[in-house]
Amino acid sequence: MTPFTYARAADAPAAVRLAEATAAAKYLGGGTNLVDLMREGIERPAALVDVTGLSRTIETRGDGSVVIGAAASNTAVAADMTIRAHYPLLARAILAGASSQIRNMATVGGNILQRTRCTYFYDDTGSRCNKRNPGQGCDAIHGFNRIHAILGSSALCVATHPSDMAVALAALDAVVHVRGAGGERTLPFVDLHRLPEAHPEIDTVLAPGELITAIELPAMSPAARSTYRKVRDRASYAFALVSVAAIVDTDGGAIRDVRLALGGVAHKPWRATKAETALRGQPATAANFRAAAEAELADAVPLRDNGFKIELARRAIVAVLGELTGVAA
Amino acid sequence: MQFIINGTARSADVDVRTSLLDLLRDHLGLPGSKKGCNQGACGACTVLVDGERINSCLALAVQYQDRAITTVEGLSDTSGLHPLQQAFIDHDGFQCGYCTPGQLCSAVGMAAEIARGVPSVVTADLGATTIALDHDELRERMSGNLCRCGAYNGIVDAIAETFAKVAA
Repeated sequence: MTPFTYARAADAPAAVRLAEATAAAKYLGGGTNLVDLMREGIERPAALVDVTGLSRTIETRGDGSVVIGAAASNTAVAADMTIRAHYPLLARAILAGASSQIRNMATVGGNILQRTRCTYFYDDTGSRCNKRNPGQGCDAIHGFNRIHAILGSSALCVATHPSDMAVALAALDAVVHVRGAGGERTLPFVDLHRLPEAHPEIDTVLAPGELITAIELPAMSPAARSTYRKVRDRASYAFALVSVAAIVDTDGGAIRDVRLALGGVAHKPWRATKAETALRGQPATAANFRAAAEAELADAVPLRDNGFKIELARRAIVAVLGELTGVAA
Repeated sequence: MQFIINGTARSADVDVRTSLLDLLRDHLGLPGSKKGCNQGACGACTVLVDGERINSCLALAVQYQDRAITTVEGLSDTSGLHPLQQAFIDHDGFQCGYCTPGQLCSAVGMAAEIARGVPSVVTADLGATTIALDHDELRERMSGNLCRCGAYNGIVDAIAETFAKVAA
């Protein structure tokens, strides 16, 4: 690791001030990704601002929405009875990720801002990567790309976002609370991460020094059912090949509302708006589920090794919708 | 920096880059916690912090000052073995033994999570306040600890026997 200074922030304003004081400062949560990246020489912050002392409360507000402090551990969120009762897809998504040890360490903010697990991104000395070294080239596009993106990639980057929790937050219409030098702002979670386009080195729309302080979950309709399904190479402790977060609200056999997001397929948690549009107001039937999945995956582009993800994603969508509506696929 | 390791106050003059694992092994004379992958994939470095299991290889020591850290050396509160250590011997829960300290600390942390009602991805009913430590739960909850000798059956038997009492 390259040398860095360390400071522990007492609260969010102090954290932002500390980060402002040093160019190339990074916020440090549980460290489960950042420490690893620093050890590999991929991240080289001059300063770390420890934000694990910031708010970790999980608070239900009068309107039924829930606000989660960004320093809450992944375990604390998944174990929280309000989250388990009202946002089961979020609890299930978190529990589908990593190991117990890592979930105990990892914070909500850090989970959201973790970086891709593309093996070429990690291979600092042996591979070219536009995300790690802008302009260098990408060895994944024509390399071993079984785990890479099928949607929204660019000619410069085919990496995927690795978080499970973030897929659930995308489906939930979560809101991100951010603090920067200019004060506080909020933005929709689905707008936080960006597609690679010409700048794969930039993962999110956050300005330098901006800090995620909380995640807000809108109240869930009491009639809605939700879940998270993850398809991976082994039964536990593996990143998603494809995952689906879904919330479905049915009314007499018709789909009143549906929200779908996919993981493992794109540079960001992929909100499946085409499938949602195809389903909304339609009868909950296997044929409609399949048609919606087809609509969402119509633009999918396979690489050499990951064409299987397109059919896998279609089947996962159909299976999850079937599970939530009780309609046999 | 000031630390509380196995109930004892310890101080060490270390660089902020030092991991908790390297602090324990190289600076405090506690080599029980093992360095396997050094990237959070194998669990050999698992220790308990305020009773919660973590990967000490991914932890910067500076973040864990004044927290109660328990390593395999401090697992037993007597001069003898922790009951789980004896169960690992009885059930052949290891061959080379390299992953064992991490397995032991992880299983103790897991038992505390079960007692607190923390669900896992295989827990069918997220609303349940008590969760039985059945075979599937145990294997899922221990998936962060690899054993390349493949002593998993013995490991599972030792943990199940030791913590059967926490099963609902």
